[in-house]
Amino acid sequence: MNGRNEGLPPLLEVKDLHTEFRTGAGLVRAVDGISYTVDPGETVAIVGESGSGKSVSALSILRLIPDPPGRVTGGEVLFAGRDLMRLSEEEMRQVRGSDIGMIFQEPMTSLNPVLTIGRQITETLEQHRDMNRAAADRRAVELLGLVGIADANRRLEQYPHQLSGGMRQRIMIAIALACDPKMIIADEPTTALDVTIQAQILELMQKLTQQLGVALIIITHNLGVVARYAQRVNVMYAGRIVESGTAAALYHNPRHPYTIALLRSVPRLDRPRQARLDPIEGQPPDLTRLDRGCSFRPRCRFAIATCAEARPPLAPAGAPGQLSACFRSHELDVTAGAA
Amino acid sequence: MTMAAADAQPLLQVRGLRMHFPVTEGLIARRHIGDVKAVDGVDLAIRRGETLGLVGESGCGKTTMGRCILRLEKPTAGEILYDGVDIANLGRRELVALRRRIQVIFQDPYSSLNPRQKVGSIIGEPMMVHGVEPDARRRTDRVRELLSVCGLNPNFADRYPHEMSGGQRQRVGIARALALNPEFIVCDEAVSALDVSIQAQIINLLEDLRDKFNLTYLFIAHDLSVVRHLCQRVAVMYLGRVVELAECDELFDNPLHPYTKALLGAVPVPDPAVEAERAFQPVAGEVPSPINPPPGCVFHPRCSIAVAACRVTRPELRELRPGHWAACDVVS
Repeated sequence: MNGRNEGLPPLLEVKDLHTEFRTGAGLVRAVDGISYTVDPGETVAIVGESGSGKSVSALSILRLIPDPPGRVTGGEVLFAGRDLMRLSEEEMRQVRGSDIGMIFQEPMTSLNPVLTIGRQITETLEQHRDMNRAAADRRAVELLGLVGIADANRRLEQYPHQLSGGMRQRIMIAIALACDPKMIIADEPTTALDVTIQAQILELMQKLTQQLGVALIIITHNLGVVARYAQRVNVMYAGRIVESGTAAALYHNPRHPYTIALLRSVPRLDRPRQARLDPIEGQPPDLTRLDRGCSFRPRCRFAIATCAEARPPLAPAGAPGQLSACFRSHELDVTAGAA
Repeated sequence: MTMAAADAQPLLQVRGLRMHFPVTEGLIARRHIGDVKAVDGVDLAIRRGETLGLVGESGCGKTTMGRCILRLEKPTAGEILYDGVDIANLGRRELVALRRRIQVIFQDPYSSLNPRQKVGSIIGEPMMVHGVEPDARRRTDRVRELLSVCGLNPNFADRYPHEMSGGQRQRVGIARALALNPEFIVCDEAVSALDVSIQAQIINLLEDLRDKFNLTYLFIAHDLSVVRHLCQRVAVMYLGRVVELAECDELFDNPLHPYTKALLGAVPVPDPAVEAERAFQPVAGEVPSPINPPPGCVFHPRCSIAVAACRVTRPELRELRPGHWAACDVVS
């Protein structure tokens, strides 16, 4: 099985993207040369821990990095054939919210507290679709039905604070879908929600993106969510993609020591209880003090002298289409040291 | 209810605990219009040396339970017997003595440490307050020892919290909880804010400390896989009530209450092959308001197996299998 469908051009192609932040402590390369693609209708996950650059990479695609202190310093983002980095601010505004929808972690901070739910949906439609008020109102009712909110007319009159967290996230999905986007970027969409509500929201997002043929980039730290909902996965560590491939390949035959360690450090409900967890020792690196070697080296149980000399490039390893940024990706014994 | 009668001498026994917060309306003449029934009649027992997991979603009352046991709240009704003494009605002075025995680890290592205090002073403060180690030099030694027990360099005593990572800060929070040699620690979402790779480190640390100091934990969390790993028994709460209680393996292998089943089904497993095979229907609806909970069984509006009687009668916890209690009149 191939990593992606080679017949069609990808919907999104990120090429060697770099984003930097100037901070008091020094220059932080939050995104340090990442490349990946998303096919039409496909769900791609970006997995990583705090500070790995997963959110910054998504905000960079949408050109939402606050400058200063941040700046996209290099790379191309080809979306449906156009380089988003070269668009005017006005053209970019049309892309955001229209061609690409967004869903953020905390719906309370992404919704306007002083506008009704209805107004926030119709505003998008009037802005991007030139609809008149009556048509926008009708579409808003339809959208609430789509995201499973009953009693739409009453809900449209309400303000965000009158809704529960799950309900607010459904509204965010409705807004993201309002203008028939080709792609949605969801940044930790369910992290702030309870498990039963998380399951409802993720099932809804999966159903709707499949039904409407919308591509989805889901940014998360939850390995279970990735396993259930993503076709392909990019694992990020210290601003770089360290492993990439289909979810099946990555989970069953990970070829990067970080992916291996990450999968092994979580307790699992589907397996017998372990006597002891197998954590990744040490701390994530200080991004202002990266050297020329592999940034995972200090925590890696497979590290050798070469790892201090240069950054390993992302190269084929394991299944077709699978890539790993490790000098030893072909010789890693996944079970080494397993409990 | 004689649920804990079999336990010879539980360290902690909670009976009929209720914690209601008044809801008022009006700015000047405040009218009492109802109560948030955060905890609404809970019985629980924790044996010495045991780790009891308390799971449930936001608003189920698990944190309020912890705060009542710590006596950061004065419960509306019920008994909290700690080592045989009812602590629900203790006065200020007696509470100070109690706090040497019961400590807490909070969720957020960013907001639970004073940013203006050095780590050494954060950990040393409880000893000073309780007059445990009045000699400054010996207190410093003790702080260094605690840091090292918690896997930190003893020199971190001179650092400020902002100079440390989240995982390191949580270790400081743990060292502070240990400073008074407590026997019982309430861990309120103690690993929830941490990254996956750090979470496993802290879980291992909590296990090591439990063995080393013979600690008893009340482990409050929403992450079921972490609870399963760490706990000997688990209580599941929903809307202020315990709906299921069992030995850990029994609860996860044979969940009886429909809410526990829904909760377990909602957790995706990190394995695409398993997930591709696993069909599940997420439980519908949301948690109702604790101000005005539904009549009868509080879970009935979301329950797939509810019958007419569930809308009327509130089910009591029943021992359906040995040591396995569930508050559902439909399952058997």
